[in-house]
Amino acid sequence: MKNLRVVLPGLSMKNPVMPASGCFGFGQEYGRFYDLNELGAITVKAVTTDERPGNPTPRVAEVDGGMLNAIGLQNPGLDHVTKHELPWLEKFDIPVIVNVAGNVMEDYIHVSKQLSSIKNVSAIELNISCPNVKVGGIQFGSDPEIAAELTRKVKAVSNVPVYVKLSPNVSDIVGMAKAVEQAGADGLSMINTLVGMKIDIKTGRPVIANKTGGLSGPAIKPVAIRMIHDVSQVVKIPIIGMGGIHCADDILEFLMAGASAVAIGTANFVDPFACPNLIKELSQRMDELGIEDINSIVGRSWRSCENVTSSWH
Amino acid sequence: MIVEDLLITEQKQIADNIFMMKLTGNSVSHMDSPGQFIHLKVADGIDPLLRRPISICDVDAGSQELKIIYRTEGKGTKQLSEKKVSDTVNVLGPLGEGFPTDHMERGETALLVGGGVGVPPLYYLAKKLAAKGIDLQIILGFRSEKDVFLEEEFKKLGQVTVTTEDGSRGLKGYVTDGMAQLDVPYQTYYTCGPTPMLRAVQLSAKSEGYVSLEERMGCGVGACLACVCDVAEDHIGEGKKYRKACSDGPVFIAGEVII
Repeated sequence: MKNLRVVLPGLSMKNPVMPASGCFGFGQEYGRFYDLNELGAITVKAVTTDERPGNPTPRVAEVDGGMLNAIGLQNPGLDHVTKHELPWLEKFDIPVIVNVAGNVMEDYIHVSKQLSSIKNVSAIELNISCPNVKVGGIQFGSDPEIAAELTRKVKAVSNVPVYVKLSPNVSDIVGMAKAVEQAGADGLSMINTLVGMKIDIKTGRPVIANKTGGLSGPAIKPVAIRMIHDVSQVVKIPIIGMGGIHCADDILEFLMAGASAVAIGTANFVDPFACPNLIKELSQRMDELGIEDINSIVGRSWRSCENVTSSWH
Repeated sequence: MIVEDLLITEQKQIADNIFMMKLTGNSVSHMDSPGQFIHLKVADGIDPLLRRPISICDVDAGSQELKIIYRTEGKGTKQLSEKKVSDTVNVLGPLGEGFPTDHMERGETALLVGGGVGVPPLYYLAKKLAAKGIDLQIILGFRSEKDVFLEEEFKKLGQVTVTTEDGSRGLKGYVTDGMAQLDVPYQTYYTCGPTPMLRAVQLSAKSEGYVSLEERMGCGVGACLACVCDVAEDHIGEGKKYRKACSDGPVFIAGEVII
């Protein structure tokens, strides 16, 4: 019988598809379109200790094959999320991953500790890769030693598995991945957005108020595939892959690169039904290609043929 | 909120870089609140990738026909203008909160002030208000005579003043110059247009009113937080310090958000 179920630390998912953090709010906006139980899991927006107003507008700009965004981690803060946003998700029977961000290490530790004791939080995703905030974020994601220290400290206080969301804006992604794995990370999310810029030729100025923004969408998919391909061969922990997925074949490509599950970001903005549609399309593609177990193709791009359990060629 | 492929029944250029398109489909019957918008996917593929928010200009509920008026500015709207009758466009909507009209009573006067592509949503509003027996003072601002559209249609619904920046048609100047000439009191004003115009209208207006914002959007459904605006100090209270133009707006009570 065909199997779409995947199991990652803390996440028992009926299919490998979840929305990516920051692209799905806290679920309510898309809950008006479809039953969120159709998802494999849900990843909610980054949470910080205190409310954050985010960056000035314009915050987004469209570019060829993708978009730039510099939202600036706008969120209502830990207290509000705990009291209002997470309880709303209790009615769904899917794992909830909460993305955590902060200015200093203590922020990450505090927020992770609090959130990980909430009963419907299945895992923490450490956001050490947001390119759009002046302090915190990517500061922790560009130095392997600091990333490892943060991972170790959060692991020490967290009651749930900890995933570390890696930035592609580094020279050695494999080194980063190894560092956080050794520090105890239960999994990796990759990749976050690539730093980019768009200039309005009428004004001669950057379109985005923050000047730079994170590039997402189909344009970054080859970068994500390459990084997951390289990292998955040297770490034992599972990878949630993301970066420009917009059709079922993209999901297959991510899994073959070495991801164990995938997250959908920008595609939600293009089509609010992107996630459930991709799940249906993935199931159809598995039939067409003769893939019985979705797990069987994980790492197919680099595993030797003998190790591939699928009958699919 | 529905996603549907709407069928194009008419497409024509009505002014310089301005196009009018009529579309039909089941979701049109939900588009009953003036000031709301639709989010269009212009191309099937990824070029362009994102949807385009365009305001609803008019709806014929009987024939399930929707009218939009848009300016060709970038790649997306240019592609939209190249679509032909009987092509389809993927439409998400109606989205957002429109102009409130319930408080207006027969015999009262409303002032409608539109600028450029901010004019179209005021047309559906004008029709609804006129049907309620509200007297309308309408001021439409454009750059130049070649940019003017909907003037004749509005004239059937109320007293129209057209202003152009170069004086090539109507009153020379801005919509606020039209407002300064008004000798009729009004109970509510409604305005849509570029932000500097909204700011000026808000300052010149002599009643309470509603402004419709044009903001750069991502998702259009309140998830991505691309189109947020700050709430004015005296409107915050216990609530949130920001509003999302796409889902809390695009229409706000004048003064509610900082523009």
